[in-house]
Amino acid sequence: MNTGFLTIYWRDMLRFVRFRTLLFTSLVQPALWLAFFGVAMSNNFDRLTATLPTIPGVPTVGYLTFIGAGVIAMTTLFTSLFGGTVLLFDKNWGLMRETLSSPLPRIHIIIGIGLSGMTKSFIQATVIMLFGLLIGVRFFDGYTLSQTLVSVFGILVFVGVFSLGFLFLSGAIAISMESPEGMQAVITLLTMPFFFTSNALYPVESFPPLLRVLSTVNPLTHLVSGIRYFAIGNNFSAIGIQYVYTPNDILVSFLALLTFAAIMFLIARWRFGKVTVT
Amino acid sequence: MAVDISGNTIEVENLEHSFGDVKAVDGISFTVRKGEIFSFLGPNGAGKSTVINILTTLLRLQKGTAKVAGHDVEKEPEKVRESIGIVFQELTLDRDMTVRETLEYHGRLYSMPKEERRRRTEELLRLVQLEGKGDTRTKYLSGGMKRRLEIARGLMTRPKVLFMDEPTIGLDPQTRIRIWEYVREINREGTTIFLTTHYMDEADQLSDRISIIDHGKIIITGKSWELKNKLGQDLIYLESSDNRAAAEMLRELGSVKEITEKPKGLVLMLSGDGTHLLPKLMEMLTGRGIAITTVNLKKPSMDDVFVHYTGRELRDEGAEKLSSAIIRAGKR
Repeated sequence: MNTGFLTIYWRDMLRFVRFRTLLFTSLVQPALWLAFFGVAMSNNFDRLTATLPTIPGVPTVGYLTFIGAGVIAMTTLFTSLFGGTVLLFDKNWGLMRETLSSPLPRIHIIIGIGLSGMTKSFIQATVIMLFGLLIGVRFFDGYTLSQTLVSVFGILVFVGVFSLGFLFLSGAIAISMESPEGMQAVITLLTMPFFFTSNALYPVESFPPLLRVLSTVNPLTHLVSGIRYFAIGNNFSAIGIQYVYTPNDILVSFLALLTFAAIMFLIARWRFGKVTVT
Repeated sequence: MAVDISGNTIEVENLEHSFGDVKAVDGISFTVRKGEIFSFLGPNGAGKSTVINILTTLLRLQKGTAKVAGHDVEKEPEKVRESIGIVFQELTLDRDMTVRETLEYHGRLYSMPKEERRRRTEELLRLVQLEGKGDTRTKYLSGGMKRRLEIARGLMTRPKVLFMDEPTIGLDPQTRIRIWEYVREINREGTTIFLTTHYMDEADQLSDRISIIDHGKIIITGKSWELKNKLGQDLIYLESSDNRAAAEMLRELGSVKEITEKPKGLVLMLSGDGTHLLPKLMEMLTGRGIAITTVNLKKPSMDDVFVHYTGRELRDEGAEKLSSAIIRAGKR
């Protein structure tokens, strides 16, 4: 088996570790989201929902726990969407010529960048979970050690597939763009609809029909559902809404993410096939 | 492994390439023999880089055929890639990787085994004299060191052909001489070298054979001295106490083809070797009472050859003359 993608992976991770600032901010930023936005909103929501009757037999979780899953998902989205930027820089600074003129099949560039981006997301997700537990996110509440490990594994699998999809998309955009500014603009524009039509920060139950449809096809929604299922449970209530996830729902979400990643992979492969660097 | 029985490492026939309606390469054919240093000499925009990009499979072949190391660039691009090394025109180094990492990355791209990568890296660092810089990030290297590192990278996989696109562009004369030494060294070890340049002294100093290329066409190919001899004339410039009388006298000499009067002196174009004629000529003039105040014998340079064939001066002439002057001084 040709393991050329490991070369691309190695170089990208080398850079990630080398740029201390990048490494540091990528870990601190999600923590800040949780610490400020999470805590602030949590107080508001908890005050508003304090009067709601609790559903008997169903555990109620606070907003901070609810949004904890959202912050993991959101961070993965941002990191992955920007993960392909290195390819644009490589292209503009001529470094891509070295890689493209080597015997390495082009598909390995995409796979390598995908895997390194996925690794970064794993690191971030883990840090957010640990930090969250510290400041009061009640993930894995009442789980045994083995249940916790299985749940963490489940979360990482969801995060991994999701991040691969967006990294492929990011790579495809990067290789098709001319300037970093343009790329930045496109990605910022892209994050908005994904972010706000998802269930990351608030329930989608009271969305108008069109937004409901969008949220259902939004990969971010499926990722968040997966994380909540593993981290909180299959039956809980938050902000006055009862969430029930059957294993079937989660399987569907997982398949949705896989499909998304596969489509993005094909798009990236198509864009990379067209690249000529002169 | 395909070994070309014809002994040619590169074979190009009727190559044409257009960008939109601009024809960058307009029907080029040439061969590069195994083990030689072959240069494309031409002004910027002559089509040199386009040819290199096609031969290195970065550009799809549009028309014609091209074989590198026995493999067709269109049918077996992977095979071609495995057999070549490239030093690109512009710097293509990751600023934040170290010298060793740069070579390591390259070796991995070409699936070199780990032991081999280690050994080759140390070997090459010695060759390009970067031993002490192995763990320095490339952004802290000088321009010349960066270029040397790129040359080392091009050689990492022991390619059959090393393509060098304007290898000494923008470097100071000392560094250029150093790089020429490496190129000769690499060539002695058996690597065929294809280089493009718009520095005439570079083509002159380094190449076994030169093709002068302009407007996407090869104008003439040959060894440096062949090209110069084809031009066939030495030039003598002299100033004397009576230029007019001197001119009349010299016109009778059979080996003087043409005399041009300049404001202060004469330029004689000779049909043959001027070194033997010059003493005779001076003796003759002095004997007739004409005092010579200044004399200068000039061999035709690649400049003259180039101008003769393309009819226009190259750019970067200042830098070029300076460096060739330094080379000449260094050779004495």
